[in-house]
Amino acid sequence: MDFFGRPSKTAAAAGAAPTKSTESSKPVHVERLVPWVEKYRPKSIESVTAQEEVVQVLRKSLETKNLPHLLFYGPPGTGKTSTILALARDMYGPEAVKTRVLELNASDERGIAVVREKVKNFARSVVSPADPAYPSPPYKIVILDEADSMTTDAQAALRRIMEQYARITRFCLVCNYVSRIIEPLASRCAKFRFKSLPEEQAVARVAMVAESEGVRVDKGAVQELVKTSEGDLRRAIMSLQSASRMATHTTINEEMVRELVGVVPATVIEKLRRVWNDRDVDKCVEAVDDLAFSGFPAAQVLAQLHDLAMQDAALSSLQKAKLAVLMGNVDLALSEGADEQLQMLDVMMQASQIVQSA
Amino acid sequence: MALWVEKYRPLTLDKLTFHTELTGHLRQLATTGDLPHLLVYGPTGSGKRTRISAVLREIYGAGADKLKVDQRVFETPSRRKIELNVITSSYHIELNPSDAGIYDRVVVQDMIKEAAQTQQVSTASTGRKFKVVVVHEADALSRDAQHALRRTMEKYMGNMRVILCCSTTAKIIAPVQSRCLLVRVAAPTPGEIVEVLGAVAKKEGITVPHEFAMRIAEASRRNLHRALLMLEAASVRQYPFDGAQEIPIPEWEEHLRTIARSALRQQTPAQLMAIRKQLYEVLSHCIPPTTILKTVALQLVEDVDQALKPEVVHHAAFYEHRLQSGQKAIVHLEAFMARFMSVYKRYLMELV
Repeated sequence: MDFFGRPSKTAAAAGAAPTKSTESSKPVHVERLVPWVEKYRPKSIESVTAQEEVVQVLRKSLETKNLPHLLFYGPPGTGKTSTILALARDMYGPEAVKTRVLELNASDERGIAVVREKVKNFARSVVSPADPAYPSPPYKIVILDEADSMTTDAQAALRRIMEQYARITRFCLVCNYVSRIIEPLASRCAKFRFKSLPEEQAVARVAMVAESEGVRVDKGAVQELVKTSEGDLRRAIMSLQSASRMATHTTINEEMVRELVGVVPATVIEKLRRVWNDRDVDKCVEAVDDLAFSGFPAAQVLAQLHDLAMQDAALSSLQKAKLAVLMGNVDLALSEGADEQLQMLDVMMQASQIVQSA
Repeated sequence: MALWVEKYRPLTLDKLTFHTELTGHLRQLATTGDLPHLLVYGPTGSGKRTRISAVLREIYGAGADKLKVDQRVFETPSRRKIELNVITSSYHIELNPSDAGIYDRVVVQDMIKEAAQTQQVSTASTGRKFKVVVVHEADALSRDAQHALRRTMEKYMGNMRVILCCSTTAKIIAPVQSRCLLVRVAAPTPGEIVEVLGAVAKKEGITVPHEFAMRIAEASRRNLHRALLMLEAASVRQYPFDGAQEIPIPEWEEHLRTIARSALRQQTPAQLMAIRKQLYEVLSHCIPPTTILKTVALQLVEDVDQALKPEVVHHAAFYEHRLQSGQKAIVHLEAFMARFMSVYKRYLMELV
């Protein structure tokens, strides 16, 4: 989790920017330029929470100064990148981190050429002087963020490099889908699965950020933020920051959150459902026209309609099953770039037939 | 002489006429001195670009209007050179990476990152520490390009803000969406269009009868851009307006309606051949195949019997989806027409 622990601890570890969050007298916009997600990244693995098993293993490796190659995987916003960055900091201290860690992500060119040159050169270079205040084991770390977007060729080129320079360089691969990492690479690493964070912990974190940033926010709104971001803490905090910019003088409430994260208002969805129950086809056309003009994303509307339909007690199981098949097909078509208006029209008309087929 | 659409484009936030609540939010964002990354979405002709440039002006003052066109050359990893036109001012860059086709990732990696890494020299007049990169047609960005954008957006937030402009958020990957503030720009209502038309007409010194303006608004399908073009075209054709005057609709649209009508009239292979020829003609005028299929289908839906509508819509949706994954548009357009004919013919025969 992008977990910042207790503020005192965070501040102590931060060193360079110790009291940012408490200093409100500074000109507002200077301080605000940092995304909160970065600002509240954990500075030490001790402040990473909700991933106890991972932290336990890493703590052990800090003590023994021995670290295997690592492979972190799990859904977005669960703290994979944060954990490895925090670990590197704990190992080398804030200064030595700069020379001992190479971070590459999808925004860098990572074709086979880069792996052969940049990574290899870094991997075989001599380990820089250590900071005596930290454990500083005698190896460097290469972090390959978003590794699942690397080509298979580039991954294959890594295999030998990983073994050859294992003495002085450790690799950490971070990805969402472990299945996209080629087997020979995966087998060289210790795998850690990051789980989606439980709602209470996510709520607590969001509330904490809100408090230390001095944002007034409803209790319900925090819940809503966490709910709509589906376990992705980064998204929740990002949304919170966006909301705070919109509401400089007011309290953030649930409705604002919903508009912000792009949830379609319940009234719109409810209206569409009423159209199903009518037999009037022209009304369908009209309703879909309206929907297209108001600019709501079709995929989102579809998802919400689906939720609504599945909970509808008036529909039989067979009807629900048919609706689910229909919506599944349309969702696939949408994600492949089909026209939103035609697809929505199709959904509406077929759904109204299904609903009335009783 | 500029078109009215350009001539009367509102340049500042104050002059925007509809979506006042949204305008208020945008002003608040622009004046706090700190802007999040924005993802602006909405149907065409709803004023996305106008709003973006108004926000830029609000942030940087009139300097943001001094635009120049640059041509940049990029080199792909395979040593191919690609050229891209970029519009720049001293404070922002506008680009359309999808022009670079499958190499859009290179553009994102090179250009946006380069912009992100250089710090803006803060001038006294603006005091803004960041510059803005406006990405048009962001929904056409490939997945690779969007992934490349992820970390850049986070890491260099101090130096740069990204404004993504697109017509639907469906094709923007979730990690990018979660880094942006979503701004939805809905299409203006016919009433709002009528108001704008009235205001423009007044500045041009012509009078527009209310019901005529209303008819234009209806015909434009809530697209302000199009409504203004229609008004200008109509005024060239015949002025003063009389209430019954025909509204000029684009030729291709009329053409597509004829196609729909001819399919309703006769369902024979010979007719299909004739339609094929017409479809080719429309395609050769660079009308996007999706638009063709949609226009024809909606026209057919309007004309056929109630009971048949769901089926027609279903087939239209089906073939449009095929069109997206397929290669040759004409095959799918024709398939749809043939399918429609067979459906319609069966229906007529059952009726007898």
